[in-house]
Amino acid sequence: MTTARNAAIDRIRREQTLARKTELLARAEELPDDEEALIPDERLELIFACCHPALAPEAQVALTLSLVGGLETPEIARAFLVPEATLAQRLVRAKRKIRDAGIPLRVPAEHLLPERLRLVLATIYLVFNAGYGPPVRRELCGEAIRLAAVLATLMPDEAEAHGLHALLLLQDARRDARVSSAGELVLLERQDRSLWDADEIEQGTRALERALSLRRPGAYQLQAAIASLHYEEPADWAQIALLYSRLAELSPSPVVELNRAVAVAMADGPESGLEIVDRLTGLERYHLWHSTRADFLRRLGRDEEATAAYSRALELAPSETERTFLRDRLAASV
Amino acid sequence: MQYLLLIHDDEAQWGDMPEDERNAVYAEYGTYTEELQSRGILVGANQLQPSGTATVVHVEDGKTLTTDGPFAETKEVLGGYYLIDVDTLDEALEWAAKIPSARYGHIEVRPIVMRQAEVAS
Repeated sequence: MTTARNAAIDRIRREQTLARKTELLARAEELPDDEEALIPDERLELIFACCHPALAPEAQVALTLSLVGGLETPEIARAFLVPEATLAQRLVRAKRKIRDAGIPLRVPAEHLLPERLRLVLATIYLVFNAGYGPPVRRELCGEAIRLAAVLATLMPDEAEAHGLHALLLLQDARRDARVSSAGELVLLERQDRSLWDADEIEQGTRALERALSLRRPGAYQLQAAIASLHYEEPADWAQIALLYSRLAELSPSPVVELNRAVAVAMADGPESGLEIVDRLTGLERYHLWHSTRADFLRRLGRDEEATAAYSRALELAPSETERTFLRDRLAASV
Repeated sequence: MQYLLLIHDDEAQWGDMPEDERNAVYAEYGTYTEELQSRGILVGANQLQPSGTATVVHVEDGKTLTTDGPFAETKEVLGGYYLIDVDTLDEALEWAAKIPSARYGHIEVRPIVMRQAEVAS
């Protein structure tokens, strides 16, 4: 009885796998030609193997870039600022684990898929952010966008795959405007709009529409929607603040709250923004918390407190680009 | 592929458990083992005596040193194991998560080294 039922289940599973593979192959033909791309459905299986939770997160990223993205070991090592030998060893160990521990080269079973897909999306976003800088590393951003596009094409029913693809395109579209020729960060409202990549904004908007049409909201879609609203003139800050509240419900984090504070300040004035920022805890060592506070204080005419907050932000800022930006702000506030 | 599912848990917690709850967990273990058997993936399984009964042996310069106690003094100790034969790590991980002690302690999943002859057979 049990055996018969199990056999029936196995057969159904096999048929489903076959159906899925046939579908994947059909869809693969729609993908743009990529000079050294593997067969796309194999790429999908590889992505899931590379982002398997049995591998350490840093190994997941390195493997994805190496096996799926086709990047050379020295390139990946440079991007993540680790010695080449360390990265090479990390890759060897991870590949060995895939082989010896029996990590499957396949798209996970339906009931495992949501959690596994979450890991894949997170890895791709990590790759993008490593390239977004400053300092900017174009090849990583480009690679992340390509990976997100492959994923969205091969898993067309996954709203968050389209959401991530949209988010990356919409963020990348600002790449030339957000850093000045001198390598300095440029605030969104001061960016030269003619440097925004209109083509990428359009592609991102289309990806976002596809995601939203699936009616399964998620954190990447919300962030993409926020990014897309930033491109409108004038930006609807009340709407942006609302989307940040939704995002905070979905994935609560003080950084999301900080962003919400900025939107609320734009919609309702710096007083309301400052109220949110001052309620936040755990960001004392985060330079953007201090610089956001500083900005609100400056706009409220509380110059002395603003100067103190800019100085603290300057001490904590991780990159020269950001320090230069803060130094200018500090000079302007005294 | 064969995987050893090593059950690590806190013996004190196990001892402090009310009897009816402990019996319920034992019954759950029984059902779990039967399921592995009926699917033909169980290779072997055993519960170990408490770690207080463990003895550690080490040989140095041909001399055997025998000491009391488990190899590592940790809160969670090896309490038993299942040896299963499944196709991939994903399946092994799913079976590991179904072990009742996964809720109380941790299950370490270790692939078994298969010699060429065994792989071929």
